[in-house]
Amino acid sequence: MAAHSAVLSMSKIFNPFWGGRFGNTVKVFGTTLTSHRNRSSRNGDNIPPPAKYGGRHTVTLIPGDGIGPDLLNHVREVFRFSCVPVDFEVVHVNSADESEDDINNAIMAIRRNGVALKGNIETIHTMAPSVKSRNNLLRTNLDLYANVMHCQSLPAVQTRHKNIDIMIIRENTEGEYSSLEHESVSGVVECLKIITRTNSLRIADYAFKLAREKGRSRVTAVHKANIMKLGDGLFLQCCREVASGYPDITFDSMIVDNTTMQLVSKPQQFDVMVMPNLYGNVVSNVCAGLVGGALVPGANYGLNYAVFETATRNTGKSIAGKNIANPTAMLLAGCMMLDHLKLYDYATMIRNAILSTMNETRLHTADIGGQGTTSEVVQSIMRNIQSKGPLISER
Amino acid sequence: MAGKAWRSTIFNLLRQWGLSINGKDNIEAQEVSRVVGALRTESPQPRTYVRGIHTVTLIPGDGIGPEISSAVMKIFEAAKAPIQWEERNVTAIKGPGGKWMIPPDAKESMDRNKIGLKGPLKTPIAAGHPSMNLLLRKTFDLYANVRPCVSIEGYKTPYTDVNLVTIRENTEGEYSGIEHVIVDGVVQSIKLITEQASQRIAEYAFEYARNNQRASVTAVHKANIMRMSDGLFLRKCREAAEKHKDVKFTEMYLDTVCLNMVQDPTQFDVLVMPNLYGDILSDLCAGLIGGLGVTPSGNIGANGVAIFESVHGTAPDIAGKDMANPTALLLSAVMMLRHMGLHGHAKKIEAACFDIIRDKKVLTKDLGGNSKCSEFTEAICQRVLDLD
Repeated sequence: MAAHSAVLSMSKIFNPFWGGRFGNTVKVFGTTLTSHRNRSSRNGDNIPPPAKYGGRHTVTLIPGDGIGPDLLNHVREVFRFSCVPVDFEVVHVNSADESEDDINNAIMAIRRNGVALKGNIETIHTMAPSVKSRNNLLRTNLDLYANVMHCQSLPAVQTRHKNIDIMIIRENTEGEYSSLEHESVSGVVECLKIITRTNSLRIADYAFKLAREKGRSRVTAVHKANIMKLGDGLFLQCCREVASGYPDITFDSMIVDNTTMQLVSKPQQFDVMVMPNLYGNVVSNVCAGLVGGALVPGANYGLNYAVFETATRNTGKSIAGKNIANPTAMLLAGCMMLDHLKLYDYATMIRNAILSTMNETRLHTADIGGQGTTSEVVQSIMRNIQSKGPLISER
Repeated sequence: MAGKAWRSTIFNLLRQWGLSINGKDNIEAQEVSRVVGALRTESPQPRTYVRGIHTVTLIPGDGIGPEISSAVMKIFEAAKAPIQWEERNVTAIKGPGGKWMIPPDAKESMDRNKIGLKGPLKTPIAAGHPSMNLLLRKTFDLYANVRPCVSIEGYKTPYTDVNLVTIRENTEGEYSGIEHVIVDGVVQSIKLITEQASQRIAEYAFEYARNNQRASVTAVHKANIMRMSDGLFLRKCREAAEKHKDVKFTEMYLDTVCLNMVQDPTQFDVLVMPNLYGDILSDLCAGLIGGLGVTPSGNIGANGVAIFESVHGTAPDIAGKDMANPTALLLSAVMMLRHMGLHGHAKKIEAACFDIIRDKKVLTKDLGGNSKCSEFTEAICQRVLDLD
């Protein structure tokens, strides 16, 4: 512990002088000292950071913009009500700020705590292109290489397609989101899409491991290798290599435009899907839309860190502050976080409360066709917890 | 031309003039503006407009291509559309200098006629030459791919009331094909966005919206991540929006569009976007209305060239068995008629096609029936004659 804080103070000394150049060193120090996490990654087991103070975990909370702050307040409310042993360390990130101090503070907080729950940070694209997307910076700096999303049809929500159960694993750090752009000639902009063998192998490995863990039988790789022969070709090749090591799981591939067409006509055919960054964006939003929209939580996993958020990652500026946003996605993300921290009982309790509230159609929010407000939904969830949970009944 | 052809030409002309004199075919104001619009967008009158007959280059294609092309020709003949077809074949040949190109007679025919109708072309793998579609695109600088997606009454999908148009930039973007292996295990693909191409597509999108009475244009982008490239695209769209104040302009992130599209496609009208997003979204919208077998598509090029095509594959497994569904090629041909300003014929053929699909008595296998292609075609021809 002393060494830990020594490293942090060392990094504080070095950083102002060397700025970015020592960044890598800090990362190295950071990871070697958190030895318990390194041990976990070698075993393949996901051991969360140990609860330090009296059995209570500390989780970084980044409110973000738009509906993020409201929804995360609701999450805190529900957690406090259910006596969940989690303390939130709130870190604000100002999206209008050009300097990267805010996001670096947030990243440092996440390194410290190991787990985070976040809202989406807006990217104002009238600012100079050198001001990169804060969400992207967070993902790449913490090397959160896998974005996992589980889309399941909820019985109470009216959708055009039923019985959907798709897990989407999306590469989260490279691909089209490398933010490497330049204007070599005036009027001609080039944007680089990077695909590497290591990252593709990593994500494919993650996908197959997860599929095996959850008892899934089929993994589909989504790509556009007929056009981007080298880039997506490499991705596909890596997936095939990894697939050969898992003979019990069927592997096939599909081109991205065919995939979207199949998703809107017959989504039940898909099981687990793995894909590079941009296609992941499209496919995960299409799947989220198929099961109802703002109901799906998403998780970003790295070797040492995990950040939970809504799957669709929108700021929802147009509905901010109007009390009509759907809190389900954020609350379910909170439950995923509790699962990650191995607080399974609390997670199940809150999740069941959310699902039973979903069954009452008069409490549906506007996006799924109802007229309920966010606070009504949250109140109902808390009432549900109160009536069922043995952990808080002192009345 | 044979005697019969001359006679039918004159009858066509008389009918055209006769109609307008008798006022039988009430041309609405809408159509007038459409015709005017189409004429306005068309560069100089095609030189093939000889005595009311337009000559169109027809590329039957491979697999089921020839069957559906002949089906379309039959229906057009029944509708007495003033179209004369010039059939050409496109197979890649190596020109001087080692560059692959399309046969010169096909190129010359297209340059002369300016309008083309194309069936599905197969791309042989490892043939050494790029895909034929790509070659055509490069040869005629087909910069805009337009795909109107309208729900077909009678072909049930979970989505009804879809009525949108996707306009996709077709020459650059992610599909520039520029890729390198930097180090072993690291591949870099370059996405190219240029000011000129973005301006061209934005202008076209607004022109299209104006000429087809569309209320709004939405630019789809990912400028939060790809700041400079999609930022440039957006800027050009905004500039074009300034020049066309009568059409509403909005911009939306790609993921938001995807999310909303599968929940409520009625909120979208005209969508304009760079190449990759356009590819994915246009296929998504095709999936909403029933797949590639019923979706029309048109490619607009510089110098007034326009090639309309069916976007499905060559279906080699059903080729030659009279099982193919000509709807996609037929609807593309209808789009072609509208582009040429022949709205009366376009309406007639489209109505006949939709009626037959709605009746559900004679449908090809992929639409849920078990009739042959020829029976389906015959039914449409009959309906066209009835509608006369």
